[in-house]
Amino acid sequence: MEIPENVKKRLSLPFEEHFYAGHTACQGCGAALGLRYVLKAYGKKAIFAIPACCSTIIAGPWPYSAFGAPLFHTAFETTGAVISGIEAALKAKGYKVKGKDGIMVVGWAGDGGTADIGLQALSGFLERGHDALYIMYDNEAYMNTGIQRSSSTPYGAWTTNTPGGKKHFLERRHKKKVIDIVIAHKIPYAATASIAFPEDFMRKLRKAQEIPGPSFIQLFAPCPTGWRAPTDKTIELARLAVQTAYFPLFEYENGKYKINMPSPKKEPKPIEEFLKLQGRFKYMTKEDIEILQEWVLREWKELKKKAEVFG
Amino acid sequence: MPKKVVSGNYAAAYAAKHARVEVVAAYPITPQTSIIEKIAEFIANGEAEIQYVPVESEHSAMAACIGASATGARAFTATSAQGLALMHEMLHWASGARLPIVMVNVNRAMAPPWSVWDDQTDSLAQRDTGWMQFYAENNQEVYDGVLMAFKVAEHRKVNLPVMIIESAFILSHTYDIVDMPPQEEIDEFLPPREPLYTLTDFDNPIAVGALGTPADYYEFRYKIEKAMEEARRVIKEVGKEFGEKFRRDYSQMIELYKTDDAEFIFMGMGSLMGTVKEAVDLLRKEGYKVGAAKVRWFRPFPKEELYKLAKNVEGIAVLDRNFSFGQEGILFNEAKGVLYNTDAHPIMKNYIVGLGGRDFTVSDIKTIAKNMKEIIERGKLDREIEWYHLKR
Ligand SMILES: Cc1ncc(C[n+]2csc(CCOP(=O)(O)OP(=O)(O)O)c2C)c(N)n1
Ligand code: SF4
Ligand SMILES: [Mg+2]
Repeated sequence: MEIPENVKKRLSLPFEEHFYAGHTACQGCGAALGLRYVLKAYGKKAIFAIPACCSTIIAGPWPYSAFGAPLFHTAFETTGAVISGIEAALKAKGYKVKGKDGIMVVGWAGDGGTADIGLQALSGFLERGHDALYIMYDNEAYMNTGIQRSSSTPYGAWTTNTPGGKKHFLERRHKKKVIDIVIAHKIPYAATASIAFPEDFMRKLRKAQEIPGPSFIQLFAPCPTGWRAPTDKTIELARLAVQTAYFPLFEYENGKYKINMPSPKKEPKPIEEFLKLQGRFKYMTKEDIEILQEWVLREWKELKKKAEVFG
Repeated sequence: MPKKVVSGNYAAAYAAKHARVEVVAAYPITPQTSIIEKIAEFIANGEAEIQYVPVESEHSAMAACIGASATGARAFTATSAQGLALMHEMLHWASGARLPIVMVNVNRAMAPPWSVWDDQTDSLAQRDTGWMQFYAENNQEVYDGVLMAFKVAEHRKVNLPVMIIESAFILSHTYDIVDMPPQEEIDEFLPPREPLYTLTDFDNPIAVGALGTPADYYEFRYKIEKAMEEARRVIKEVGKEFGEKFRRDYSQMIELYKTDDAEFIFMGMGSLMGTVKEAVDLLRKEGYKVGAAKVRWFRPFPKEELYKLAKNVEGIAVLDRNFSFGQEGILFNEAKGVLYNTDAHPIMKNYIVGLGGRDFTVSDIKTIAKNMKEIIERGKLDREIEWYHLKR
């Protein structure tokens, strides 16, 4: 398909693709969309490290790679450490890292690999101040091993090890606020993003490149397979997560919070709108939904307050 | 040649500096700490340009070295016991991704009970991770070992990581004269690394470590074994070159000491072999025809050398400062295995010595010599495995 240069220039996202067809994600995979945007943003001049997660598979088995950039597959809990080592080596070799024309070192890990087993390595990476970007793509469970809970799984969700059942054995813990843990490291740049808002995500990826030091983005990336949701609802679900303030978009830059909601004046939609499209919430009772709703609004209020005080 | 009086740990740190390592990622643990402290001091004084990553665990130390090495840098780390065990998963990763990382492991006993003293079980428990292993007898060998390790590891046909192993305190904290060649000569011996592949080739991007299906995984393993076989040759070559350049020859994977006419020999690894050599001298004065065989390289295992040696002796006393529970000393186990399909079948006895830093002295070796002599005269073992120091 030939697209004229003047049209290409008017596109809101870079035209070039560096995430290739032939990858092996499920239909409607939010993570695959996320990867496509990241590779659009950084092109070939990025080095990726990916731990055990769905993206290991998505990238393709040996000898294939769906990535147009170098990619290092690493152990589940090591993303933060491996990108630290890559960055150190680039510096030792005299490469420009981050910044305009600099090489982007990108750790791309799931919620399990970040919020659970990789939290220590993440903290080390953030605290030591490496010039690299860590993206946690959040699909709210261990999908690669067959949908088990992670500490990023929300209250009330079915997973294969919180299976509902007669005793109503569901996830009873609220979603861990990994982004708050990250911000506690007082890094220069942290943000949430969503695959439903690619321009916002792209802008954040650019910032992550420009601002020296460690950056972190938590990307909301629905998983139709694990969420028991129709494959054509991925973007709608991601959008609803933002509109319900379940997953609000914001940035933390040099100590300042900034909320980036698409319609800042609007009150959040009821959480039920997000829940009802997904099979994973079908065991929730009315009370369960109320508990979750209350939590969402409380967290949302807290974020708004932070933006007010530290805006 | 410039000589310095240094501890084994400082010898390791100097060697890393002289090897011009580019990235060091390490985490402190007794008795390894002074290696990484010394390296930090070199950097602080502007004596070395090294990217130093003070990681939050040994697991991350190895992961960071892996990232650095895959990006083309010469990467170095050091650890001990619990730290090494924590790295286990990443040791496999380093060899599987074919990265020539060099690590010094200071042998220390595994807990519990807590111990910080010498014991080889920590490194030997990493036997099957695809790392080469070199056991140093003294501080000089620690230093030389690190320099040679990079050259062997980075050889185009090898591309595997190397562990240089020294004893807790006996070497790590004991000062001795170490001969350090001038930097220009080291640079000549060990030029900058030329990696076959790196993550910085943006025009030909590679994916390292992707899923290997049953149709391919098998060959990946075979290639590692092929590289280990190559390494046997490369080790001897590099050891010979080292000898020609610096007058200390390492062309033998097993160092032989007075074995030519020996009736029986002591075999072991690491610092205890220094004591053994001294005992051999004394025993020879007492009329014993004994020798010593110091296994320098445990991986790849020097099969040929062991066979040649075993063919010409009547008995081998294998001294293991390590143990594989439910079986026997690890070197003993390996050596017996190597000889099984050969025509060399000396009487072999396993002495478990020095675990957790228990003193192992010349007089102990004399006692063992007496026992071995009796066994050989009788032509029959009293027992196969002897827990030599056991309080009775
Ligand atoms: C040390 C270790 N423990 C367990 C596993 C098994 N494992 C592989 S991927 C995975 C879950 C990944 O979950 P997440 O990080 O959320 O990524 P997702 O698959 O959901 O994309 C687990 C448990 C592993 N590879 N390594
Ligand atoms: S299971 Fe979910 S995250 Fe994994 S590839 Fe499929 S849709 Fe994507
Ligand atoms: Mg996940």
